[in-house]
Amino acid sequence: MASGAELTPTSYMAHHLTNLTGSVGEGAFWTLHIDTLVMSLLIGIVSFGFLWWVVRGATSGVPSKRQAFVELAIEFIDGQVKSTFHGDRHAFVAPAALTVFVWVFMMNAVDFLPIDIMAAVYELLGLHNWRSVPTADVNTTFALALSVWLLMIFFNVKVKGLGGWIHELVCTPFGKNPLLWPVNILFNLVEYVSKPLSHSLRLYGNIYAGEIIFLLLGMWAATGLAGTVFGTLLGAGWAIFHILIVTLQAFIFMMLTVVYLSMAHESH
Amino acid sequence: MNINFTLISQAMAFAIFIWFTVRFVWPPLMRAIENRQKSIADGLAAGERGRNELELASHRSADVVREAKHRATDIITQAEKRAAEIVEEAKAAARDEGDRIIVGAKAEVEQEVFRARETLRQQVADLALAGATKILRREVDAKAHADLLASIKAEL
Repeated sequence: MASGAELTPTSYMAHHLTNLTGSVGEGAFWTLHIDTLVMSLLIGIVSFGFLWWVVRGATSGVPSKRQAFVELAIEFIDGQVKSTFHGDRHAFVAPAALTVFVWVFMMNAVDFLPIDIMAAVYELLGLHNWRSVPTADVNTTFALALSVWLLMIFFNVKVKGLGGWIHELVCTPFGKNPLLWPVNILFNLVEYVSKPLSHSLRLYGNIYAGEIIFLLLGMWAATGLAGTVFGTLLGAGWAIFHILIVTLQAFIFMMLTVVYLSMAHESH
Repeated sequence: MNINFTLISQAMAFAIFIWFTVRFVWPPLMRAIENRQKSIADGLAAGERGRNELELASHRSADVVREAKHRATDIITQAEKRAAEIVEEAKAAARDEGDRIIVGAKAEVEQEVFRARETLRQQVADLALAGATKILRREVDAKAHADLLASIKAEL
């Protein structure tokens, strides 16, 4: 907002939706969204640092309120994983689900920070283009979804063996008949492509749309007194509704992660 | 919406955070929770055991009291029996003693009677002899009839 150029709706939107980029090599691919990376790392370090700090002092006696809160979150996730995944969930799947939930939730929750005030703060720090919400960057959601996708393939191969996995790709879901093989392969191909796409785009779309609506309400607030009043009211309403979206999207992302990983563990 | 190197950097960050959670966050807290669950379960089990033991002890104490009452009754019965026996024995002993005393007394009385009769006979014999002697003084020579007199005295 504090840019020197004339403020138009287009420049306002563009200002808020442009990443701070850095280049790590030749070509368009080798650019890095520094804001996304720094924010997500910061959020991750703070979140998991907090968890680690609480867990390090964890007692098996009467827990402190802080520990009880962390236990509540962890037992909630553990319960969700338990009902979906039938195996040794403590070895990997449950902690991974915790990581996904906490990280995605905290990254989504940055959306609650009022965008224009935050933009002013970043401007003070000398950062003109700085997007706060890492999950509104498709790179983050794709990174998570593709990591889960690779883990899915890893567990498929680990649990069923390479042959077992290929057999499953060729012979399910329609049957072992060689005539059905192409259909099976096509079906599985679509499934393996659609999984990471829907996984990542669902989260990205929700959070990005949330951000856009905050921006639109902010623009409306700039149009006059009535706009300010309605923009404020609707902004507050949207923020309250956004609490649900932020939590729900983090939960859905975690549940899909658990479901994909447990599907990789089970033979069909 | 442009895919670039950010994706790879985010994936690496994700991997590191997962590793961190798997390694440092999840196990200690799960251990704490499981230990607490175990201690709660132990406590509940101990309470249950205590209740069972209390019930057993109350049963046992009731048994002991019943046994003690039973034995007390036995002891009282025996004591009464013994007392009756002692009384009987004492009665018998007293009767025997009495009998013996009576027998002794009778024997003594008889002896006394015998002795008195002996004495009386002696005296009667002496008296008779003295009378006879007085009557026969003149005719009877004491020396000549001494053995006759002696034989009379013995017959009396």
